[in-house]
Amino acid sequence: MKLFELSRADDPGQAIAAGAKATTAQQGADIRFIAGGTTLIDLMKLNVETPQKVVDVTHLPFGKIETLADGGLKIGAMVRNSELAYHPVVRKDYAVLSEAILSGASPQLRNMATTAGNLLQRTRCMYFRDTAMPCNKREPGSGCAAITGVNRSLAILGTSEHCIATNPSDMNVALAALEATIHIRGTKDEHSIPISDFHLLPGDTPQRETVLEPGDLIIHVTLPPPAPRSRSLYLKLRDRASYEFALASAAVVVTATGGKITRARVALGGVGTKPWRSPEAEAELTGQTATETVFQKAAEAALRDAKPQSQNRFKVELAKRCLVHALKLVTQTA
Amino acid sequence: MPESAQTSVIGKPQPRIDGPFKVSGTAMYASDFHFPDLLYAVPIEATIANGKIQKLDAAAAERMPGVRAIFHRANIGKIFRSVMGKGMEGICIERRPPFEDDVIRYYGQYVALAVADTFELAKAAADAVRVTYSKEKPNVSPDLKAEDDPQVVATTYGPEHRLQSERGNPDAAFASAPVKLDQTYVTPSETHNPIELQGTTAIWDGQMLTLYEESQAIFNMRGVLAQMFGLPKESVRVITKFVGSGFGSKLWPWTHCPLAAAAARKLGKPVKLVLSRRMMFQTAGHRARTQQRMRLGATPAGKLVSLMQDYVYERSMLDDYHENCGEATAFHYSVPNLRVKFGRARRNIGSPSDMRGPGAVPGLYATESAMNELADQLKIDPVQFRVLNEPKIDESLGVPFSSRHLLECLQLGAEKFDWSKRTPEVGSMKRDGLTLGWGMATAAWVAARFAAEANIQLRDDGTTRIACGTQDIGTGTYTILAQLAAEKAGVTLDKVEVALGDTSLPEGPVSGGSMATASVIPAVLAAADDAIKSLLTVATTTPGSPFEKRKNDELAFESGRVFVKANGPASGVPFADLLRRADLRFVTGSGKSNATFGEEKKEKPKFSTHSYGCHFVEVTWQAEIARLRVNRVVSVMDAGRIINPLTGRNQIEGAVVMGIGMALFEHTAYDPQNGAPINSNVADYIMAVNADVPKLEVHFLDYPDKEINPLGARGIGEIGLAGIAAAITAATHHATGVRIRELPITIDKLI
Repeated sequence: MKLFELSRADDPGQAIAAGAKATTAQQGADIRFIAGGTTLIDLMKLNVETPQKVVDVTHLPFGKIETLADGGLKIGAMVRNSELAYHPVVRKDYAVLSEAILSGASPQLRNMATTAGNLLQRTRCMYFRDTAMPCNKREPGSGCAAITGVNRSLAILGTSEHCIATNPSDMNVALAALEATIHIRGTKDEHSIPISDFHLLPGDTPQRETVLEPGDLIIHVTLPPPAPRSRSLYLKLRDRASYEFALASAAVVVTATGGKITRARVALGGVGTKPWRSPEAEAELTGQTATETVFQKAAEAALRDAKPQSQNRFKVELAKRCLVHALKLVTQTA
Repeated sequence: MPESAQTSVIGKPQPRIDGPFKVSGTAMYASDFHFPDLLYAVPIEATIANGKIQKLDAAAAERMPGVRAIFHRANIGKIFRSVMGKGMEGICIERRPPFEDDVIRYYGQYVALAVADTFELAKAAADAVRVTYSKEKPNVSPDLKAEDDPQVVATTYGPEHRLQSERGNPDAAFASAPVKLDQTYVTPSETHNPIELQGTTAIWDGQMLTLYEESQAIFNMRGVLAQMFGLPKESVRVITKFVGSGFGSKLWPWTHCPLAAAAARKLGKPVKLVLSRRMMFQTAGHRARTQQRMRLGATPAGKLVSLMQDYVYERSMLDDYHENCGEATAFHYSVPNLRVKFGRARRNIGSPSDMRGPGAVPGLYATESAMNELADQLKIDPVQFRVLNEPKIDESLGVPFSSRHLLECLQLGAEKFDWSKRTPEVGSMKRDGLTLGWGMATAAWVAARFAAEANIQLRDDGTTRIACGTQDIGTGTYTILAQLAAEKAGVTLDKVEVALGDTSLPEGPVSGGSMATASVIPAVLAAADDAIKSLLTVATTTPGSPFEKRKNDELAFESGRVFVKANGPASGVPFADLLRRADLRFVTGSGKSNATFGEEKKEKPKFSTHSYGCHFVEVTWQAEIARLRVNRVVSVMDAGRIINPLTGRNQIEGAVVMGIGMALFEHTAYDPQNGAPINSNVADYIMAVNADVPKLEVHFLDYPDKEINPLGARGIGEIGLAGIAAAITAATHHATGVRIRELPITIDKLI
């Protein structure tokens, strides 16, 4: 860990002004916001993150969950993951979100972790977290040790020859399936962006993970009103029964009437370099009868572009089974 | 010893006497000790696995605030080598003293040591040391081929014949066997992950080197460190009051121990060095990867005719730790033709070492897996197959077993598990939409004793103190010693003070090999008898004593009271009364017992002494999501007399949990390019968590083995881990039809 200066922002303007002085809001940032600290502190201990200034944003007024006039939900950036997961409206109308959050981490971590922090959760790629290893995400141009190394847990979708790091978040996968919108206040204005555009593919700039620029502060996340008669579910597959990042996961939100799927939203976790929304799978499902054959076709479509590495070929099949089973469960209860 | 059911505390479930200290945070673990002027040390780890240090630049680090020194080859001072001494002393797996040369032979090898006023400053200084290397490609290949070794090879524990055991003509018998199996089984490198990290706090006052350690063997630690610093043994003291588990990783000193001591010597201040979790994967031992070819031949009726085990294991570039996979092979089944042979393969890795059930655990995984596969081939129930091949004597030594009740274990286990309901066809058993798999395997572990000394005081306030320089590594040794002392002194457990974990106490046994309990029993009993003898002398010689002028042999001691034999115990006088009358604070007795393990074998033993057991396992398999879970385990152990069924059951349950991890999850992954154990943290090195642990049922047969000690207690720390992985792979095959011959059984192998 490097020495750093800690300050506290008492209002959003202070935080934005402090953050705006950073050279980047991405990997290598010299100024970082800190909320729960469950990712940042770890990475600072490992010297993967070496900010000179750390700005505490936990006192900013973004700690509420509110129902919107249109029936949607507004989730403050500072809302703790545990509070969000157990919120009665979330449990009732956005079950997939509650289930996704509760499938990850531990109660202690969820009590600390925040909505915005989880959106910005960094990859668990072992090579990214070890400064002795080459890693294009941590040190652009140094190479990717994971491609020739231990890559069993890494991504098969959205990868590039420069980076195969998985986005580890469960929450993000549910938010992708729920078509969440991220609201950002920056130095110039306040703007919002759909979650599908918030995270970036690694391409040849894997150090850039989101659209955030210096000074940008996530203030809240909104969810559209729950689709009428829809059901949602999160299924997470991993080696052990608890406390492990997903090898494959699926967030599904499905409306089925009389056995016929009228609307489907599908996102996959554990397999993508970003929370992996699959419009291909959604297209295969929409207008079809809820049968295993249809689910299978959707799964094939979702994984059509998968590029497995030496140790993670099994994820292609695992992700398919995960999605098929999630669809089976969600339509059974519908 | 009185064994009346009313009063005896032996064999009764006793909660740990040290439990309140642990849950209240007052138990002092090695790194909890603080001293004035304490300095903190952080090692600098090599970031290559093969090559040489070209340049070590400590200038920037040395200038940092609060930094006392950056030690390296040029300034650490002399650290001598150590050699094996007599008995269990002088054992050290990595013999090369740290910083001895500039050659890097494994990833994470220490190249320097930063010492500063706080841990944070020392870590920052360690990070600021720049080391450049000339780097060569490391060999961490998982494919193990035996190197060209002589027939007798040197190992950490002494010379070993690579041909470990042979009888009959195994090749010919295998060739002509009507039913055969020829398969290779692989176990991966596994890392011990005790919650308490390893660490040393060293204090050097110019005369005396004192080490606060989390050692499983304080007297060996003392011997090795005395050698390394050229000191008489009595000038080194090792203190280990509590250990947050060891699993073998804390048996012998690793290179951080002399580093902390050398820094304390140079700086004249106490130095604390606690490893990071990553260092635990690099420089503090691990279970060696093994590759075991098993060849078994049988008659169609299921009688074994030949058994061959050829195994290869990894070792480090300099050291020769022996992973004895053949430990149980030669005696476990009746077979006229047998051969057990091993080979070794050097790798650029930190040295492997003992990990819970060393040798026998990977070895029994292979032999029991082969037995299960052959039983399937023969279409014989795997339990029945064991019954058919149960030996009458130890056929490798040609001597009887001291106490072997494996068949009764199998019978009881099968009954408790409801094994008779098993249908052998793959995937034939279902429940609640899940496919069930049932499998079983047997277990064995050596039973023996180390040398031990103890002393006991009977005190004038009716309490007793038992002192023995052994360790409690979380297994319940404090409680066992208290039970033994309470039993002999005739007092309740709360009247016993236990002192252990200090080399200033009488020399106690290593907490390893599942031998601590078996070893301390004879010494404690002898010490108590000696103390009672002194007490009787006090009783007959103290003026005014009710027994004055009696002869010692007219008296007896029972339930804490001295009485005239002819008058019976009811007339007894409490020992505290007699001591007070004599104005004595206490009488002391000492006792010692010899080793049956690790000593030069002068003659053939009269008996073959081992513990036995079996596991029956149910897994559930959900093919549509490739989910495999262990759902139920029934374990039956024949481990001699159980002194404390509560801590005993805890040992077996813990081992089964570790076995679930071994079977399904655990695997230290080396990066093929730079040789780093890359999953060196407890998030990426997957172990069983609470949610993976199903209902565990443990039964003890409780047959005393009087060849081991007068109480008949054998050890139970390791046997619970033997066989469990083979039972799980068998159950997995029964559910899925997939034979896993390389652990762990991860999802990728099932789809």
